[in-house]
Amino acid sequence: MLGDTIAALATPLGEGGVGIVRLSGPAALEVAAGLFKAKHAQDLRAGRNYHLVYGHIVDPETGDTVDEVLLAVMRAPHSYTREDVVEVHAHGGIVPLRRILELCIAGGARLAEAGEFTKRAFLNGRLDLAQAEAVLDVIRSKTGDGLRLAVDQLGGRLSRKIASFREDLVQMLAEIEASIDFPEEEIPESTMLEINGRLRRLAEASGELLAGAEAGRIYREGLATVIVGKPNVGKSSLLNALLRENRAIVTEIPGTTRDVIEEIVNIRGIPIRLLDTAGLRETEDIIEQIGVERSRQAVALADLVILVLDADTGIEDEDRRVVELVAGKQVLAVVNKTDLAPEDLDKAQVKEFTGAEAVVRTAVTDNQGLEALESAIADLVLGGRVSRGDTLLITNERHKAALIKARKHLLEASDTLRQELPLEMTAIDIRSALEAFGEITGSTVTEDILDRIFADFCIGK
Amino acid sequence: MEYSAGTYDVIVIGAGHAGCEAALAAARMGCRTLLLTLSIDYVALMPCNPAVGGPAKGHLVREVDALGGEMGRNTDRAAIQMRMLNTAKGPAVRALRAQTDKVVYQTSMRRVLELQPLLDLKQAMVERLVINGGHIEGVVTRTGARFTAPNVIVTTGTYLKSRIIVGDVNYEGAPHGQFPSVGLAESIRELGFTMGRFKTGTPPRVDARTVDFDRMTAQPGDEVHWNFSFVSPVQAREQVPCWLTYTTPVTHAIIQENLHRSPLYSGVIQGTGPRYCPSIEDKVVRFADRDRHQVFVEPEGRETNEMYVQGMSTSLPEDVQLAILRSIPGLEKVEIVRSGYAIEYDYVVPTQLRPTLETRALPGLFLAGQINGTSGYEEAAAQGLVAGVNAACRSRGLDQFLVSRAEGYIGVLIDDLVTKGTPEPYRMFTSRAEYRLLLRMDNADRRLTERAYRLGLVDDKRYRHFENKREMITGERERLEKTLVPVHEDVQRILTEHGSAQLQRPVHLAELLRRPEIRYDHLLLLPGEHPSLPEEVRSEVESEVKYEGYIKKQTAQVSRLSKLEARRLPEDIVYREVRGLSNEAAQKLEAIRPLSVGQASRISGVSPADITVLLIYLEQRNRKQEDHAGAELEGNPPAGSRAAGS
Ligand SMILES: Nc1nc2c(ncn2[C@@H]2O[C@H](COP(=O)(O)OP(=O)(O)OP(=O)(O)O)[C@@H](O)[C@H]2O)c(=O)[nH]1
Ligand SMILES: [Mg+2]
Repeated sequence: MLGDTIAALATPLGEGGVGIVRLSGPAALEVAAGLFKAKHAQDLRAGRNYHLVYGHIVDPETGDTVDEVLLAVMRAPHSYTREDVVEVHAHGGIVPLRRILELCIAGGARLAEAGEFTKRAFLNGRLDLAQAEAVLDVIRSKTGDGLRLAVDQLGGRLSRKIASFREDLVQMLAEIEASIDFPEEEIPESTMLEINGRLRRLAEASGELLAGAEAGRIYREGLATVIVGKPNVGKSSLLNALLRENRAIVTEIPGTTRDVIEEIVNIRGIPIRLLDTAGLRETEDIIEQIGVERSRQAVALADLVILVLDADTGIEDEDRRVVELVAGKQVLAVVNKTDLAPEDLDKAQVKEFTGAEAVVRTAVTDNQGLEALESAIADLVLGGRVSRGDTLLITNERHKAALIKARKHLLEASDTLRQELPLEMTAIDIRSALEAFGEITGSTVTEDILDRIFADFCIGK
Repeated sequence: MEYSAGTYDVIVIGAGHAGCEAALAAARMGCRTLLLTLSIDYVALMPCNPAVGGPAKGHLVREVDALGGEMGRNTDRAAIQMRMLNTAKGPAVRALRAQTDKVVYQTSMRRVLELQPLLDLKQAMVERLVINGGHIEGVVTRTGARFTAPNVIVTTGTYLKSRIIVGDVNYEGAPHGQFPSVGLAESIRELGFTMGRFKTGTPPRVDARTVDFDRMTAQPGDEVHWNFSFVSPVQAREQVPCWLTYTTPVTHAIIQENLHRSPLYSGVIQGTGPRYCPSIEDKVVRFADRDRHQVFVEPEGRETNEMYVQGMSTSLPEDVQLAILRSIPGLEKVEIVRSGYAIEYDYVVPTQLRPTLETRALPGLFLAGQINGTSGYEEAAAQGLVAGVNAACRSRGLDQFLVSRAEGYIGVLIDDLVTKGTPEPYRMFTSRAEYRLLLRMDNADRRLTERAYRLGLVDDKRYRHFENKREMITGERERLEKTLVPVHEDVQRILTEHGSAQLQRPVHLAELLRRPEIRYDHLLLLPGEHPSLPEEVRSEVESEVKYEGYIKKQTAQVSRLSKLEARRLPEDIVYREVRGLSNEAAQKLEAIRPLSVGQASRISGVSPADITVLLIYLEQRNRKQEDHAGAELEGNPPAGSRAAGS
């Protein structure tokens, strides 16, 4: 709500992987100062307005440097939102950028809602009515999306897990609350040691979930990039080269790859989900047929297609069928094996034949043209020509933010027990953890606890 | 046959715990006030247990007292035992509970009413409300007296269409052999209010001469002298114990055998009962694995043999009641003085009220207490006070008086009622308060007395007492933060004696006090000068210093949300026409008509997106009214900050 401090990635990513994390709200400077080590020791909070400060973002927990950044400070009311605003300009690509955002959230900021910066700008008198209408439209559309996502995720593994965490916490809290509100009833009380053990286990489990979410998120969120082409053009070789390891089997026999191989590769800081597919051709081989069918499906789901041609064979009928298959997709054409036929298949000809956004010439076995290929991929993504719906991404960030918060509160709760503070202090932290989990699953904390108390304990005068 | 019997500023119907506080508050604020009751002999009746306070309820009593209400002082006068509960827990949930002499409670409250200037106490059964042109104008009694007033507070408890049920017998009636209020119930129903039906129960009372106390465990009061009121008239008190015994497998068997005779199980009772106060038959059925349940035998007063059997609330037939009591150790030869019963009654669904407890449908008509679906003397008193103050504010043309959720349990109570309604008789629990640590018994005066003083609810003498205490607390806190404890052998010895680590360097007193094992009183043992402060000051200083970190956390939460609480929603919003609200939200908002955006956000079915829509709507409205003036920017942001993260 208004009054707290929000943070978000200020998309889109700019040139050369530079991206911005924006903070707005009364604690913006404080949150940023907690993560930022200036090159020349200086206190952000005392610094000048509209001034860029050079330094590093450092994880306050581990002391690890996350990225080299420039910080821009804009004090209220002279900012877009008319609140204190800090922008972290980082250039390590999407991964460190996400990490910076997470650190901001761990440091007390809240992940911004869709359109929230604009909303604040409006509420603080910064925008006119027409712009406000635009914000309303965003909110309306997001609500619809949110609803659908909520339904999608209800069946999900994550929310089932979170629900079980909540259940455990509700039970713990019900016990504490029952002993507080009904001091004269015979309520079986767990020992502090038991409660502490349960809190620690939950914190740990949340940590694991976070680690899993990390891998899972990139897995889900990486741009789906499918390598296609007729057999033996060097698709698997290309995958291996981009991965810098021998992941896929490479042989001189056409039809080597029989199934879709999937790997995450980080290209210029952008997580890319790379899929190597079976070479596309008419075939009698049943296994190969299945593989070809899977390649077609992979193409259907692709965000970006890398269409590989063979300079040595030139354009054949099989290549025509591949081009037909990828029609309507964002295509990057690669002319491989240029070592064998350096003059054949020039870029213009290939562009014309494939309708590709860009054409790169490579000789994968000689490590030729790979730099150019990576640049071409990055340009397509950063230039905004290739992108995917960001709803899933936002929800996941939201889940993650909630998990980070919940874990923090769980550890604090355990801390109160260790310090032998009264149980009602522990209850405050458990309640906060419940509310954080509730941001994922939806919740009514007070009602849940009361329901649990009356279901579990025999209470009554 | 009607005659004009008098004109007042405020009329209160019903002299229970809500009505007494309502009438006293209105009169103390300078309103000519009339308090009408079915029977002058039953003023401030405690029809259920002879106790006041406990967790959350005790907090409410303290708050009522801090606002100049009478319940705290009256409980202090009538108490025959006081215990501080939850002493092993933290400062926010420590709670005082009193056993009271019911007759003393009634007579001394009646005396307070009789002595209150501007207040008339009269016995009458109100037959109907007088309404004219959409406003309340007064009441007419069964005997034809017409009393006129622009503000009427109805506090008729469980008396609306009440029905008493004992086993297979049931009849129209009210507690203690009184009459139900049928005409008034009709009058209220005719106004178009949505009503609900609740039930509650009470256990049998027994004759002390037939109880064998040797077979029970005595539960004495605390040796420390406690009072509810911050300015209590009582300095010493002789205490009477309560007694603890348990049900037996025989008790449970008898209940099981006779379940078919219980109106709860035969379907005669249809109202919803409270889950926190189940009947013994409910407990035995739902928790069949328990081989015993606690039974507290509590005196109903000093001058009576009647004793209350807490834990045995029941509506089983009388013969079964006797049999189950006699299966309990110490009650083998017991005689019942009054039997237990269930009572069903009508209540008004409280989401039809404003947070002032004025009905939205009929300006000038206020409802307070059990009629709003609550249970408990304390919950009733708190509402009575709020309704009384607001009726007086209305009469005198003052701003409405609201207590926020961060200011008091009173705020939690009323906000819950008018925002969410209640699926069962509403009782206060500390777990309902999200800022529990801020709402301590010890600081109720600091939360509320200043406001009470400005309204004229507390007098100068009391205010000075309060100011004095406040200054002592501030002074002592400062002293603790500033005074250094030297590394000295006496200090080290005292620390060791109390299981605390020795000092490595000089530390401030406050820092020492933050050690879990160190209490405020330990500090007084250290060498050096110490002020001698009253216990209430010491305990408050201790709470605030020891738990400062947590208190700050909660205060920060409160201030984050305060902007939304302060954002008022105009009375004339047509929610159906607010673009972007979900249908459900629009309907709920239309029905509940919250006062603030904060209150709106607590309505179930109103999502954060709806709240954003409301905020934007409000801002648009403001701008339209301001005619686009001042929409220009001041100062241009640098390039690059234009693209918002939307
Ligand atoms: N000369 C030359 N040979 C290459 C180049 N790239 C790949 N090859 C060779 O071409 C053969 C086929 O390579 P793969 O990577 O298995 O081809 P593929 O397209 O995945 O083939 P299938 O999936 O089995 O259809 C291997 O013998 C590679 O060593 C290149 O740039 N130049
Ligand atoms: Mg292959």
